Amino acid sequence: MSTRLPTQFFRERFGVDDHSLARTLDAALDGRADAADLFFEYSTRDAVVLEEGIVKSGDRHLAQGVGVRVQAGEKQGYAHSDEIDAQSLIHAAATARAIAAGSGAARSVAVRGPTAPARDLYPIGSAPTDTPIAEKVLLLEQIDAYARSRDARVKEVLASLVCQNRHVLLAASDGTFVADVQPLLRLNVQVIVENAAGRREVARQGGGGRFELGRVLLPTYWRPLVDEAVRLALLNLEAVPCPAGAMDVVLGPGWPGVLLHEAVGHGLEGDFVRKGTSVFGGRVGQRVAAPGVTVVDDGTLPGRRGSLNVDDEGTPTQRTTLIEDGVLVGFLQDRLNARLLGVAPTGNGRRESYAHLPMPRMTNTFMLAGSDDPAEIVRSVSRGLYAVNFSGGQVDITNGKFVFAASEAYRIEDGRITAPVKGATLIGNGPDVLTRVSRIGFDLALDRGEGTCGKDGQSVPVGVGMPTIRIDGITVGGTER
Amino acid sequence: MIDADLVRHAVEAAKQAGADAADAIQLSSDSVEARVRGDEIDYVKQARERALGLRAFVRGARGLSTALVSTSDLSHAAIRALATDAVALARATAQDPDAGLPSDGFARDWPELELLDPRDREVPLERQLAEAREAEAAARAVDPRIVNSEGTSVSSSFDAVAFACSTGFEGSYEGAHHSLVASPVAAENGAMQTDYWLTAARRRSELDAPAHVGRKAAERALAQLGARRVPTQEAPVIFEAPAARAVLGNLVACLSGGAIYRKTSFLAGKVGERIGSDAVTVIDDGRRRGGLGSRPFDAEGQATRRTVAVEKGRLASYLLDVYAARKLGLRSTGNASRGATSAPGVSPTNLWLEPGRDSLEQLIASTERGLLVTGLFGQGFNPVTGDFSRGARGFWIERGERAFPVEEITVAGNLADLLRGVDRVADDLLWLGSLASPSFRVAQLTVAGAA
Repeated sequence: MSTRLPTQFFRERFGVDDHSLARTLDAALDGRADAADLFFEYSTRDAVVLEEGIVKSGDRHLAQGVGVRVQAGEKQGYAHSDEIDAQSLIHAAATARAIAAGSGAARSVAVRGPTAPARDLYPIGSAPTDTPIAEKVLLLEQIDAYARSRDARVKEVLASLVCQNRHVLLAASDGTFVADVQPLLRLNVQVIVENAAGRREVARQGGGGRFELGRVLLPTYWRPLVDEAVRLALLNLEAVPCPAGAMDVVLGPGWPGVLLHEAVGHGLEGDFVRKGTSVFGGRVGQRVAAPGVTVVDDGTLPGRRGSLNVDDEGTPTQRTTLIEDGVLVGFLQDRLNARLLGVAPTGNGRRESYAHLPMPRMTNTFMLAGSDDPAEIVRSVSRGLYAVNFSGGQVDITNGKFVFAASEAYRIEDGRITAPVKGATLIGNGPDVLTRVSRIGFDLALDRGEGTCGKDGQSVPVGVGMPTIRIDGITVGGTER
Repeated sequence: MIDADLVRHAVEAAKQAGADAADAIQLSSDSVEARVRGDEIDYVKQARERALGLRAFVRGARGLSTALVSTSDLSHAAIRALATDAVALARATAQDPDAGLPSDGFARDWPELELLDPRDREVPLERQLAEAREAEAAARAVDPRIVNSEGTSVSSSFDAVAFACSTGFEGSYEGAHHSLVASPVAAENGAMQTDYWLTAARRRSELDAPAHVGRKAAERALAQLGARRVPTQEAPVIFEAPAARAVLGNLVACLSGGAIYRKTSFLAGKVGERIGSDAVTVIDDGRRRGGLGSRPFDAEGQATRRTVAVEKGRLASYLLDVYAARKLGLRSTGNASRGATSAPGVSPTNLWLEPGRDSLEQLIASTERGLLVTGLFGQGFNPVTGDFSRGARGFWIERGERAFPVEEITVAGNLADLLRGVDRVADDLLWLGSLASPSFRVAQLTVAGAA
């Protein structure tokens, strides 16, 4: 880990210091608004993409900018600029202040003593963006050769490696002054297979997180990803149409935790709760899940894709229990919604970049393990579906309806896993689906670091996790009776 | 507002750094967006954004190798450093015989596309906020069961694009984008429903009245109250225009040149073949006047044009950029699109399904029993096979009438079967973005719900 304070980066590169920050925040508050904050970002990202056996292009991108926010009551004014200098800062502050046009009590700003986050969840020696591109090209070429060597039916391999290093600095009128350096990398492998009859299928696998690139370069990291992509694509060649209708479903461990993200996670975000548009609003203390179901959001897991030392408002991330033994106990908050609801922020104020307003967002969301044997859970179903991989989902937080699409699923017949099925979609109702959980496995797993969550046009990296669970009577959207 | 010298400078800097060919695109945007709930402002956001993307090519024995770099620091020093980076990066990637810039097909002149009204720059924020409040009030006035709102969003952006490439094209254009979106919440017996409606246009004078948008959104949310599931069954399905547009979006992914040469589309190799019923004609036109996807030239300087992709059910053309066209031995259709940080890829300009003669109400009246889908959600679509399974909401139709609202169901099938099963197309083509579809009916799909 670098011994240099991350705040130094912005001072050296842009001349941003305590004095200029205090001056800008003063201008933004103008003694009248409730709160003001500044978010500086300097991000580098590089990407290599392989297809048809070669890396056709190398990418490198630089994004820098600052966002100034002023809050007055429920109102937020936001101005951002890709120029970071004293004049742009004051201009943006004046714009944000004029927008919010507050009338709060007079106050002034003191910015002192920059801090580094109290802990480092992603201690790395060198940023993934610092590794020469030649090593990244070599990795993808190895992946291509390996995938093709696994099976003659592998016709095409698409692989990509995206590395990012994001410097952020946050200063707020309440004295918050903190900086962080956030590495992130992601490896993706997509395999296209074709059988003798000319049927083509595709499968994807991905992984990554906030750790050193060296870990991904090891065959022990990427070979299992490739094996899994090849296995899934070949499996899809054998897949039969999916049954349709309400049935008992067993979800496998890990990535199927996207169910929690869609079915309950979004509905527990503080902005929807404050505005009264979430189906979960006003239900704290009520049963929203079966006994034994405990769901947490935890931004403090070292190296995970959804983890952060501090959120994008400078609040340290934490572990927040959302549902405890089936009872709703908490929501996810950013500073604005916490202030308006009279509760403490939970370190969930996140934004895609300096060009975006923060909102309450999830970090790593998962269900804690139960005590059932996963094999026994499958055996308990006489006719149903076993779904172990998903491609994504969506939710309508107002009526609670959610949908998510399986990329690997099998029929369960008389307690046995039988034919793989294609194109299964699960649809349900957030406040209802977790009350139908009848078994919880002891095999909690987190995903491999491939989740991206979209909300109001903003994308942020997230994690999910779950043990094997059984849900009774959920609608499966297939085509067969 | 746009500095055409900058893209030329970037291309020259790349060549000086050792590139054999280069192109550069500069994107600039001044925008304001706001959201109002009830009478209160939720947020207002103002932004100035500038970014430059530079592609550099270096020649080798087996073709060109490529790099793509971008920056939001537009100083000449930063651009020179970027150009040097780009050439070094390109030398680390593989040579590709199909890579490179086009040498012809550039846009030389174009008609006035009506992408911007200069008077709109003078519109004060207060006016837009008042319009949002008007939409909110109109929604509430529809019915006392409109109890809340996710807010009405208004946005205006003024964008400029400048492009230059070393094979002899340089050009720029400006365009604007204005929109208003209302999302009221209806509640009854403890259950809530929301829906949205919007208006979007290049010029503010072409936007629908805010009150109309608010009312329409409220009526849609109210109509969904009391929704329930229906039993799992095969049934005729009518996709109302907004949902039909989502289906069209899946088709577009399968018409894109990248998916065709990679053979990740079920339509690969099917030009000339019948892929849909006679009622299916799909057109892409980059020069529609005032079109939300209109542009005089694409992200490779190629002249935009009208392309008939599907003609009376027969696949007539893919949508192509220069690279996909070379891979397939065809010519670009002027559908290259890129942001500053992305390589050119295919995207539609203004793409629509040709409308028919019947009204949506006639389609419903002629359906004895079936499903009217007003909204689709989820991403359950596989372009390789065409299989889809998506969440849906809407109405159950009995004896040619909307009998009751439905939700928490899915519609599933294969896009190839869906296109062949389109038996009626309505006349209600509606432009809410760069893709548009009228409502249409499919003879039979699987609806999954209860039991």
